[in-house]
This record gives sequence, C-alpha cells and structure tokens, in this order.
Amino acid sequence: MVSTSSETLLTLPTPDAALTRARHGRGYWKNVWRRLAEDRITIAVMLVLIAIILSAVLAPYLTPHDPMKTSVFARLKPIGTAGHWLGTDEIGRDLWARMVYGGRLSLLCGVLPVALALVVGGTLGVVAGYAGGVVNSAIMRSIDVLYAFPSILLAIAICGILGSGIRNTILALSVTFIPPLVRISEAVTTQVRSLDFVEAARASGSGTALLLRYHVLNNVLGPILVYATSLISISIILASGLSFLGLGVSPPNPEWGLMLNNLRPAIWVNPVVAALPGVMIFLTSMCFNLTSDGIRQAMDVRL
Amino acid sequence: MSGASSRLSGPPLLSVRRLTKHFPVRGGIFKRTHGVVQAVDAVSFDVQPGETLGIVGESGCGKSTTARLLMRLTEPDSGEVMFDGEQIGGRGGPSLRTLRRNIQMVFQDSYASLNPRLPVGMSVAYGPFAHGLRRAEALDRAATLLEAVGLEPALYADRYPHELSGGQRQRVNVARALAIEPRVVILDEAVSALDKSVAAQVLNLLVELKERFRLTYLFISHDLGVVRYLSDRVLVMYLGKVVEVGPVAEVWEHPRHPYTRALLAAMPTMDPSRRTTEALLTGDPPNPINPPSGCRFRTRCRFAEDVCARHEPPLQSSADLRDHAIACHMVHAGTGHSLAGTSGPA
Repeated sequence: MVSTSSETLLTLPTPDAALTRARHGRGYWKNVWRRLAEDRITIAVMLVLIAIILSAVLAPYLTPHDPMKTSVFARLKPIGTAGHWLGTDEIGRDLWARMVYGGRLSLLCGVLPVALALVVGGTLGVVAGYAGGVVNSAIMRSIDVLYAFPSILLAIAICGILGSGIRNTILALSVTFIPPLVRISEAVTTQVRSLDFVEAARASGSGTALLLRYHVLNNVLGPILVYATSLISISIILASGLSFLGLGVSPPNPEWGLMLNNLRPAIWVNPVVAALPGVMIFLTSMCFNLTSDGIRQAMDVRL
Repeated sequence: MSGASSRLSGPPLLSVRRLTKHFPVRGGIFKRTHGVVQAVDAVSFDVQPGETLGIVGESGCGKSTTARLLMRLTEPDSGEVMFDGEQIGGRGGPSLRTLRRNIQMVFQDSYASLNPRLPVGMSVAYGPFAHGLRRAEALDRAATLLEAVGLEPALYADRYPHELSGGQRQRVNVARALAIEPRVVILDEAVSALDKSVAAQVLNLLVELKERFRLTYLFISHDLGVVRYLSDRVLVMYLGKVVEVGPVAEVWEHPRHPYTRALLAAMPTMDPSRRTTEALLTGDPPNPINPPSGCRFRTRCRFAEDVCARHEPPLQSSADLRDHAIACHMVHAGTGHSLAGTSGPA
C-alpha cells in the first residue's frame, strides 16, 4: 500500500525534474499569469487602465495645448471643434488637455490615500485579528472612535485643520480610509487565525513572523486588496468633493472632480462636454474594480 | 501492537498530572462569568514510550481539549505535563518549543488543517523550515516524508490541497506531523472523517509508520473498533474525567466501569447471538457547566447509590491488575456502595 510502484505505464515527469519544479513553487506567478491571460475581460480592462495611466504620465506629448490657457473667444465649444477635438470648458481651456493633465492629480488622489491607508490599516487589522484579546480590543475600539464621524465629514475636518492643498487632501483621505480597512483586515484575519492549519503551524513550533507570512498573509491579502481597490473610486470622488469645497486641489489646476464641479452649470449649454470628467472618473474606478477582481480570481488557487 | 505491558514498568515518556481546563461561560453586557465548563478536570495519565494509548468517550467529554492542552494550543489552568521526565515550561525544564518539536498532532478535518494556498509539499516542509532548515533541505525532507506516507513526491508535492482526495490529504497531514521528527503523535479523530476503506488504509499506514519511526501514539477516537485495533492501552473519559484506563484487551474483556460497559455494549456486533437488545446508556451527558456531584456518571448509571452523589470516586488500580485503573465505588472495597469490592454486577 505504502510503497508506491515506480513502474507506471503513464509517462510521468522524472522525479528529479519535478522536485526542482516543486522547489521553485511550481512557478506560481507563471500560473497566475496564464489564468489571467485567459480572462479576456480583465485583460481588456487592464489595457484601458494602462492607457488612462499612460495618458496622464505622457500628457505633454498628447496635446499641444496648455491646460491652463484660457480664451474668451473659445468658450464651451462642442466636441469636434477644429483644434479642440473634445471641445473647451467654460473659460475656453482645451478639454482634452485638461482631461489628460487632470488624470495626474486625480489618479494620485485616488491611489495614494488608499495605498497609505492600506499599509497602516492593513497592518493594524492583521495585528488585531491575529493577536486577539486585549490587543484586538484596544485597536478596534480606537478605530470605532473614527467610525463615529461620517467619512466625508472626517476628511473635511482634517483638511480644515491642516489647511488646503494636495498633500493635506491625501493625508485626510488616508485617515478616512484607515477605519474600514482595519475592520476588513481584522475580520478576515480573525477568521483565518482559528483555522486548523494555523493551529498546526503554531503547533509545529513556528515563530509568529514566519507564520504570518506563510499562513496568514497569503490567505487574507486577496479580500483586503479587492476591498482596497474599491476604495480608489471613492477616493477620487471624495477628493473632488474636497476640491469643490475649496479644501483640496485649487483652481486653475486640472483635476477631474474639480472640472466636473466647474462644468456643472454648463450642462444646459453643452451637456456632453460637461459630462466628460464624470465619464473619466467612472471609467477609471470601474477599471480598478474589475482589474482587482480579475487578479484576485487568477490568484485564487482554489478556483 | 502487543508487548506493551513489558514496557509499562519503565519511566513514562509523557506524564500528565491533574491537568485541568475550565472554560468560563460569559454572557450579558458586562461579560460576567455565569458558569464554568469543566472541560478537563484533574486528568492524570502516563504514556509509555512506543505504546499507543487510545482515548475514547462521547462527544464533548474532553478528549480533544486534552490533546490541545498537551500541545499547549490551549493553556491549562493547572496541572503539569512531564515529557521524558522533565516538566514542560518549568524552570530549567524543556521549553514549549522543545515540547512542540517532540509532540505533533494530526487533526480531524484534513482540509481545514492544510493551508489552501500552499502546495502540500511546502505545507510538509514548513515545520522543518520553521526550525531552521534551509528551504531546499526542508523541501527534500518533505519529499522523503511524502514518499513515506505513500504519495509519490514527484506527483503530489506541488499540488494544492483541493486537488487531493480526503485520504491523500490526511496522508499529507501525517507527513506534516512527522516532518519535525516528533516522538509522540496525537491523532485527534484522524480517520473519523474518512470513509471506511480509506480509513483502513490510513490506519495501516499509521501502524507501519509507528514501527518505522519508533513513534508513540495518542489515538483519540469515538470509534471503538478502530481504537481496539490500534491501541495497546485505552483510556475512557466521561465529562472531563478519566473513568477507566487499562490494557485494551483487558478493558474489552473485563470492563469494570459501568460507563465503559455501556460504551462497549453499544458497539455494533457481527455476532447475532450478541445482539444489543437494550440500550444501557440513554440520554445525553449532563451539562458540563454543572456536572453532577460525586461521580459524574451517576445520573445515567443504573447502580447509582447515595455514596455516588456524596463522594467522587478516585481513579484507583483494581485489586487484581495493577495497570487497570477504574474510578468507580463499585470496584474498590470499603467505599460504602452495596456492590463495593465485588467485581460489580454480573
């Protein structure tokens, strides 16, 4: 029963080759990439996302116009105007230029606060979830205090104290996103911690750091990351809200949220142009959500 | 599997003295303690090197808690565990890490006890890796052990748990438990979740591995047939207490505690002349939050008398056989029970 016969009719990989393969973890990332490549929707969405990011990075090469240059003669031109193919805004600035330049600040306001909050909140949550007991209570009850404020109010308050400006906006948004991220990561970690394989690893005399790395993190990171990417779109919208209140990005700097607010009155004159920044916010957040979902599925070895 | 009695005189490998774990039951807004579940109450036993000690009992009698206390996955309230003559966690004694190096455990749920995101080879290699072996060496050892449990490493080492069957997964768990070369392996319902034919294969594997690696087993199960097959000695638990312990053949032939008798009588038999006609044991065990006074079994015992409610029967060796101990007033002379000192009711 126990001694497995080595003479098999099937052609099997030679033990040596397979062992080497196993030693390198079967090319886990190669496997993930293969599954990702089969998922056409995710690939398409990722390409759109890359295009959006590239357009922001390469903005000066994509348009001859200065996004700040106003013109009283070319106000609210419709889409397809010669020289301004996406039209112009309420004070005659080229909309295409403002769209691609605006991506810089908008993407920054979307991604950076979430990334910062993920590092701080995720760490706190995993520590609380894994440690349990008093440590858990201390961390979670402190976070509950932040939960007492509606998130937008919290961001406004922090911005109000620190003063306006892009750096303070990012800081305020980061603080706003910490509580939900702590809560999510605490919940998934608590769930994973009580599973038998964590107990078994503990019973094998493993240190906490190694155990967290090999047994906890790879099981909690997926759901936390997916949740975090869903916050990116909220972050972009909150940042634009702060800009609208004069707490975030100050005009005339291009930023999608700010543009949306500024073009709002023009919706009766030129609705398509007025809606464009909103379309960009929607497109970007959709792309982030779908991409993270696709990556999570590709990374899930159980599927 | 026999011949354990010759070793019984030697020093025990694992010695448990008055091990106790009470879980407080909290409720209400202020988390006041409403009661205490006496999951394991003053349990003492010895495990000899090389033997298999079976632990049996109904659900909730404290079998698994005992295992977790031995592994220190749960901290005991009191009591001591001596390994190889030295007290664990005591001053100058071996550390918890040493204990965990020497005692390993196989859990019941073969799927939950493997990390779903690690290839099983890595799961097996993790123990040695955590104990300082280099990654490549640890994976080599994992390959050797997978081979030992009958899984061709070339085919299985890089698979994920969900790609294996229940029996294969439990083999991986056995390999994982053996990977850091323990001397004692606790098998907590290790084959209970497998179907019978697979369970039989895994049991045979366990017997073979025991010989090969000179292991000592603590075999926890509610399946009496399996315990009979694998164990040298058997320990019967009821509501957190040891009620009877002795060589398995002796306990099966001459069970002395009424609870053990009831358990054995409830076993399905292939012999029509020994058909079970009436249930010796009815109802559920009493609530362990408020266990009965005196003998905890008295509420379900047909022979219970006043003395059983007044005094808790100590676990004592029977008069005729030193390594067969029973906690019952009927067995020992001079306890005040009307059947005391006799061999019990016929």
